[in-house]
Amino acid sequence: MVKRARARDANLDKPRGLCQSRRMSAEPTGATPNSFRSQPDDRGHFGQFGGRYVAETLMPLILDLEQEYRRAKADPAFQAEFDDLLEHYVGRPSPLYFAPRLTEELGGAQVWFKRDELNHTGAHKINNCIGQILLAMRMGKTRIIAETGAGQHGVATATVCARFGLPCVIFMGATDVERQKPNVFRMKLLGAEVVPVTAGAGTLKDAMNEALRDWVANVNNTFYIIGTAAGPHPYPELVRDFQSVIGKEARAQMLSRIGRLPDLLVAAIGGGSNAIGLFHPFLDDTSVRMLGVEAAGHGLDKEHAASLAGGRPGILHGNKTYLLQDEDGQITEGHSISAGLDYPGIGPEHAWLKEIGRVDYTSVTDTEALDGFQLLCRTEGIIPALEPAHAIAAVKKVAPTMGKDQIILANLCGRGDKDIFSVAEHLGVSL
Amino acid sequence: MTRLASAFAKGRPALVTFVTGGDPTPDATASILDALVEGGADVIELGMPFTDPMADGPAIQLANLRSLGAGTKTADILRIAAAFRARHPEVPLVLMGYANPMTVRGADWFAAECVNAGIDGVICVDIPPEEDPELGPALRNAGVSLIRLATPTTDAARLPAVLEGSSGFLYYVSVAGITGMQQAVQASIDEAVARIKASATIPVAVGFGVRTPEQAAAIARVADGVVVGSALVDLVAKHGADAAGPVKELTAALAAAVHSARKEIA
Ligand SMILES: Cc1ncc(COP(=O)(O)O)c(C=O)c1O
Repeated sequence: MVKRARARDANLDKPRGLCQSRRMSAEPTGATPNSFRSQPDDRGHFGQFGGRYVAETLMPLILDLEQEYRRAKADPAFQAEFDDLLEHYVGRPSPLYFAPRLTEELGGAQVWFKRDELNHTGAHKINNCIGQILLAMRMGKTRIIAETGAGQHGVATATVCARFGLPCVIFMGATDVERQKPNVFRMKLLGAEVVPVTAGAGTLKDAMNEALRDWVANVNNTFYIIGTAAGPHPYPELVRDFQSVIGKEARAQMLSRIGRLPDLLVAAIGGGSNAIGLFHPFLDDTSVRMLGVEAAGHGLDKEHAASLAGGRPGILHGNKTYLLQDEDGQITEGHSISAGLDYPGIGPEHAWLKEIGRVDYTSVTDTEALDGFQLLCRTEGIIPALEPAHAIAAVKKVAPTMGKDQIILANLCGRGDKDIFSVAEHLGVSL
Repeated sequence: MTRLASAFAKGRPALVTFVTGGDPTPDATASILDALVEGGADVIELGMPFTDPMADGPAIQLANLRSLGAGTKTADILRIAAAFRARHPEVPLVLMGYANPMTVRGADWFAAECVNAGIDGVICVDIPPEEDPELGPALRNAGVSLIRLATPTTDAARLPAVLEGSSGFLYYVSVAGITGMQQAVQASIDEAVARIKASATIPVAVGFGVRTPEQAAAIARVADGVVVGSALVDLVAKHGADAAGPVKELTAALAAAVHSARKEIA
């Protein structure tokens, strides 16, 4: 029997929502009638969130995509090809790693990491891109577009396009092009066309607007590989399913390594794909608590990108979810030190999981993330991306409040190579 | 007969014109709307600015940014509409925009404000029939027309769903794309309008990419209405608060072409 966490963090003390009998089978169980894993409904809604709020031009295509995804999901050949590419091209399964020196330094719960930063291209983004490009080819599409923030999704998309020989156009906010230069160059090396988007603040939301505009104008031949678990149905569902390889592996690895499930899962949230990928296979394991970490930027009372903490439900980019917006429903610009978290929305399944109370959400500032970044470098010899540095910062706060017999599993969803220039700048170091 | 129905029952095709509300400033919009009416527009579409106009090309994107940059609020748009209604009791006025500003205070609030401001219809770009409950019932209960878009990707199987619950007119978007792009080839418009009119009981207006009187006339030969937006918005961009004159001039040329389009062939 696992002891319950003695969490002092008020956030973590809330009731857990639905009560279910404990399960600890090797495979995550299938969705049952009162499961947390049976969303969305057939209209693509997670409770009041999600849906398909797109222009009429895109609607028929979105319906086609949904049909094709249902067929692919039921097709063992599709699954086999996906699994094969994940194993031999991406390098899965990614290791599950116990972090001894970090654990000792924090002096509380044992800290484990799911090492998705070791994937080909350096982040979890590739899991989703493999799935979506296979879908694109099934649908006979011959041109790929994508939006990117940190450039990790852009790099992953350019990579799978090179791998399958499809032309690729990546939309990236002009501000992000500036702060993520190494990834811009990577995309170009991989043969992608990178289109800087100057509208708005020139960050992820503007890149997504531009990708949607391109898509509307090229519906016949173009597939839009969305990089996070957001957008119109069926994207939040299919991105989650492709990313769920993270949680399925982690769950099986935990059981085989130590014969029990973790007490707490922690993951950073931009749009929420790495987090939902880790969380989803554990949602019906009632002993497992979960913590999503948003970017508090300069602070929740200043500029930030924490849509759940500082936003309200609204409609943007094809789905209803929590958004940073003013009283007129105008979208406000997010801010985070991490380009990958700098988005004023969040995937609709997280909005739902927050409302029903199954997952807790917190946020950490730029400064705390920088501390987390350096902490992992120093204690474990791992340079994380700034996105999971937010998860590490949250672990740093929570671990000391938990017992030494308890286990935290955090998603190390990206490596920090892309961020060393901006981290140096923030630390006042000139390279 | 509603104002919208009358506008399409004049025995000739209707000219529908679009400008973004609050562009270049909330105060300047009234004179531009008056210029549209004086130029001969039959239906006025007033754009509600939004930070993220995903279905719009550069011209209307910039108009949205100019408007928001001038501090335009939803309350300003409603005030502009109400003042227009007071000056022009007979001219139908339609709000066009995106879902979030329309639904942020609740669909019922929005529908009631539309009624108060004398707005006849609403076009919401990113609420397809699948998400109708978000806005449609509130508008219909309030007696405000929900004007839906049909596009080149709306096939025969989907068309009934698009028509269901819509009223006023059907807006046929002639190109798969964003506003301000090139116009579709006339033959494809002719074919699509014929197909849609076979099942629609409401008027069909065609827009996206229509800039010149010649293009407008060609469409007016087959459609019940022609929508012109970016070409007018470009004039506002160029002339700012002094745009009324040039806007009236282009509107008059478009109106003459549209209104007489069928006489020419007769
Ligand atoms: C390494 C990494 N982690 C996290 C994110 C945030 O995305 P998501 O919340 O979808 O995982 C990004 C986005 O670019 C990323 O590059």
